[in-house]
Amino acid sequence: MKIAIASGKGGTGKTTIATNLAVSLARAGRRVQYLDCDVEEPNGHIFLKPDIERVEEATVGVPQVDQSKCTGCGRCGQLCQYSAIICIQKHVLTFEPLCHSCGGCMAVCPASALTEKPRRIGVAEYGAVNGVAFGHGRLDIGAIQTPALIRHVKRGIREDAVVILDAPPGTSCPVIEALKGTDFVLLVTEPTPFGLNDLELAVGMVKTLKLPFAVVINRCDMGDDGVAQYCRREGIDIAMEIPNDRKIAEAYSRGQMMVDIQPEYAAKFCQLCEHTSGRMATR
Amino acid sequence: MKELVVISGKGGTGKTSMAAAFAALARPAVLADCDVDAADLHLVLDPQVRQTSDFSGGKRATIDPSKCIGCGRCAGMCRFEAVRLDGPANDVIGKTYAIDPVACEGCGVCVEFCPVKAIELDEVVNGHWFLSDTRFGPMVHAQLGIAQANSGKLVTLIRRQAREMAEERKLDLIVVDGSPGIGCPVIASITGADLVLIVTEPTLSGRHDLGRVADLAANFGIRTLLCINKADINPQMTAQIGEEARKRGITVVGEIPYDDAFTKAQILKATVVEYTGGAITERVKALWRQITYALG
Repeated sequence: MKIAIASGKGGTGKTTIATNLAVSLARAGRRVQYLDCDVEEPNGHIFLKPDIERVEEATVGVPQVDQSKCTGCGRCGQLCQYSAIICIQKHVLTFEPLCHSCGGCMAVCPASALTEKPRRIGVAEYGAVNGVAFGHGRLDIGAIQTPALIRHVKRGIREDAVVILDAPPGTSCPVIEALKGTDFVLLVTEPTPFGLNDLELAVGMVKTLKLPFAVVINRCDMGDDGVAQYCRREGIDIAMEIPNDRKIAEAYSRGQMMVDIQPEYAAKFCQLCEHTSGRMATR
Repeated sequence: MKELVVISGKGGTGKTSMAAAFAALARPAVLADCDVDAADLHLVLDPQVRQTSDFSGGKRATIDPSKCIGCGRCAGMCRFEAVRLDGPANDVIGKTYAIDPVACEGCGVCVEFCPVKAIELDEVVNGHWFLSDTRFGPMVHAQLGIAQANSGKLVTLIRRQAREMAEERKLDLIVVDGSPGIGCPVIASITGADLVLIVTEPTLSGRHDLGRVADLAANFGIRTLLCINKADINPQMTAQIGEEARKRGITVVGEIPYDDAFTKAQILKATVVEYTGGAITERVKALWRQITYALG
């Protein structure tokens, strides 16, 4: 079972919920993997503190030119939709940061002057801690290929485990890449106007991806009832509500896990997983 | 004309709340919401839309099922898993190939190589952008369509429109509400900006993410300021973050304590400085003064 934790709005508690859910399940004897797909700003490792056992360099393919073979036909530049390759008077220039690795220029070159070479975008790291298998990605600063690195990280998915995927914030390409192929999405929100606005966008996104989902309202007593009313109106399942707690916030600031500060949450997170399984079983 | 961009690294540190407060204090200024994936600034600034325009971030391929011969070349060449054998039947075959519009990146490879020219590449409207008026000045903002790509291009467009608006209305400040992370939309928000303000929080996560986004701003050689929000959650961490920032040449322009006035103001669709004249507003005003000194 692959459960993705997403949100729309940043800072609602995705990593808090994802890490605590993973640890709670592991302590209950389940085989669990936590995969941090927020490759731009991964935070899961701060709380889980895994031993890293394997580091993989992540690359994307970009064109490499053999100028001696170039006939100057210009078809590479004509095909490219991203201005990543142009041909000026038999001289081919590439702009690797813009390349989307579609392979088009190489395929269309009549002179076999273009081959593919790898360009590093970041790393994927895998390890484990206290019964939780761990994986995350770390995008190189200045790189833009977030979805490609997320794809790479997800290649390490353990099919024999409950996989908790910690998604990045937002509603576009990176999150979609993280959510692809998962079985259920938990949308974490906060009960504020910003939280509600972004939740609506996130709901639109998961519906487009045709994924079953439920909402977790974090810090549920710190704002207004707009989110609760919206969920009721739309018939959206509120799977868990977590009250605001300064002690948990302070512990979070120190990299401590919620289930270590308030152990009764471990059972609640296990219940969340049961609830999710239950929802999936009734589909 | 100066452009201030508010970013964070970590999400949820208070970018939009701060940007909205700056709008109230800077008045008049041009406001730009570049957090196009999850735009919230309009919820507080209440923009009156004057002009709506289509945004096209790229193209998308579509297969004409009446022409498809089912050779599968498109599926074989597509690097984005966007081609599936689940299109309608035609006179020749029981199932044609079809493009998944969410996965398609508009690269045009399938179009180029289809032996019967059954595939077209068309501009896609990914969303809309708006020129609006608010009580603090003109605003440029957008709505990206659901599950749409190319936020980076839309961010670039919004900033360009904001600059044009500033010239047109003879305003000398643009306040940009940015997005979390360090990727394409953030890069598009900060390149060429005069000043970046990073809003962080005194947590290990905030500190970790601050390091990465500060590196990004440094790579682009942009003058960077730091505001530590919810500073009293962990005073030791606040001090540590401040120290680390100063060491790397980042000016700490404010430490704002956690205050539910920010949430209460948001619920009332107000900026915090409109909501209360209390201590928290004084802190935000002091922060703004520091920023204006830095803007010159």
